[in-house]
Amino acid sequence: MSGLDRRSLLKRGLVVASAALLGGCDDLSSQPWVRRILATEETLTRTAQRALLSPKALAREYSEADLSKNFKANGSIDPQDRDYRALAANNFADWKLEVAGLVGEPLSLSLDDLRAMPSRTQITRHDCVEGWSCIGKWKGVPLSAVLERAKMKADVRYIVFYCADTLGLRTGDKYYESIGLEDAFHPQTILAYEMNDQMLPIPHGAPLRVRIERQLGYKMAKYIMRIEAVDSLHGISGGRGGFWEDRGYAWYAGI
Amino acid sequence: MDKREIIYRHARLVRVTHWINVLALLVLLMSGLQIFNAHSALYFGSKSVFDDPAMSMHAVRTPDGPKGIGITTLGGYRFDTTGVFGLGGNAETGYQQRGFPWSVTLPGYRSLAMGRHWHFFFAWVFVINGLIYLIWGLSSGHLRRDLLPSGKELGHIGSSIAEHARFRFPKGQEAKRYNVLQKLSYLIVALILLPLMLLTGLTMSPGMDAAFPVLLDIFGGRQSARTIHFISASLIVIFVAVHIFMVLVSGVWNNLRSMITGRYVIDPAEEKS
Repeated sequence: MSGLDRRSLLKRGLVVASAALLGGCDDLSSQPWVRRILATEETLTRTAQRALLSPKALAREYSEADLSKNFKANGSIDPQDRDYRALAANNFADWKLEVAGLVGEPLSLSLDDLRAMPSRTQITRHDCVEGWSCIGKWKGVPLSAVLERAKMKADVRYIVFYCADTLGLRTGDKYYESIGLEDAFHPQTILAYEMNDQMLPIPHGAPLRVRIERQLGYKMAKYIMRIEAVDSLHGISGGRGGFWEDRGYAWYAGI
Repeated sequence: MDKREIIYRHARLVRVTHWINVLALLVLLMSGLQIFNAHSALYFGSKSVFDDPAMSMHAVRTPDGPKGIGITTLGGYRFDTTGVFGLGGNAETGYQQRGFPWSVTLPGYRSLAMGRHWHFFFAWVFVINGLIYLIWGLSSGHLRRDLLPSGKELGHIGSSIAEHARFRFPKGQEAKRYNVLQKLSYLIVALILLPLMLLTGLTMSPGMDAAFPVLLDIFGGRQSARTIHFISASLIVIFVAVHIFMVLVSGVWNNLRSMITGRYVIDPAEEKS
């Protein structure tokens, strides 16, 4: 075989191989067995980060000078759900946070009740899964204080947040999220009712959103109506622990 | 006269880790472009100042046409990159704002969730494979013996550049070793650019930032780390392009065979007349 033949054969081979690879990968992305294999990265990453990350290690806190002038609001930014509109029309005076599930004492807390509890203020960086970051100042009650007040039971493994907004436009699914106890009892995990010294604005989740500073933005549910302590995520909506998780995103969003 | 010599050029471990790395870097690049397309702009510092990106690809509407144009900005400069970056599609399929074309991303359509799974799975492949190579490279002496250039070689770097520019490659005894330009470029990629990809990638992780806040100080903030990740990936793409070009012009079959079977044919040095 002459060098020229080889070369043209190689060239053709490369074109065919790369086309097969490119086309094949799209096809691969929709194969259940490929998704299962790729999804093991989440277990590896979660296990590695949990091993490296001490439960008390704090996310960096910034100064007032670092605050974003234009903090991007993402996902739902103005929920149109009727019940939510009614609460917003009254400036959330009638809003109550339900705390239920595996707790000794279910709670129903108004904004004033939450404001009367111990609070934490922090200036932190919000990292969106899309890649951008904004810095904001948040004030709220530590989630741990609420869970202790509700006398959370020993067999609880996850805390689930149920939200007022419908993000799945076609399916009518409401937003929800869940976290493990490492994050639920982390000192920076707060139920924030203030942002940048103002009442939490509607685009950022009024009247209450959760801050989980060691994970990405989609974990930090906005428009929270109800918190449930559970021992399993099975049977809750799509069963994967969150609105975006049910749509293919990783439950552990520390990366 | 024509005394062709066959040497055993690449150890099995080098060959296996090389090809695993090829696959991992290809998937990481394409899925990385998918992730980039979720927010096709780059910034320096801790946060994103949306109206002042260091680089951005976006579409703008034009009053006179139905489609608008694709714009790429870099520093203070603005380029019309319609159809390539910023805006893609056509009249039939509809126009779409996006960064890189979907023909070079993984998956080949917008799917940040799948792009991330591909990226992080192959990031683990890349890290484990890279660690095996580096640990073996250090303990076997491969890095020191085959890749660390000597002072003498560094002194002759000028003539090596001149030889390469004329596409004249070492023969005979000289061809048994990497030349100084190969040594330097492989070392820069293996010890600087690829570890930099890993570290800047980890700096984008809010979990890793809490565990190792020093990462944020090293790279000047999460958004700087993201930008450096992009620049470093671009440099690796340039390296790969040059690497493949050199493989093609310096004896493609001999090079490919040596990276598959290990065996490499040495052409005898030209006799001085």
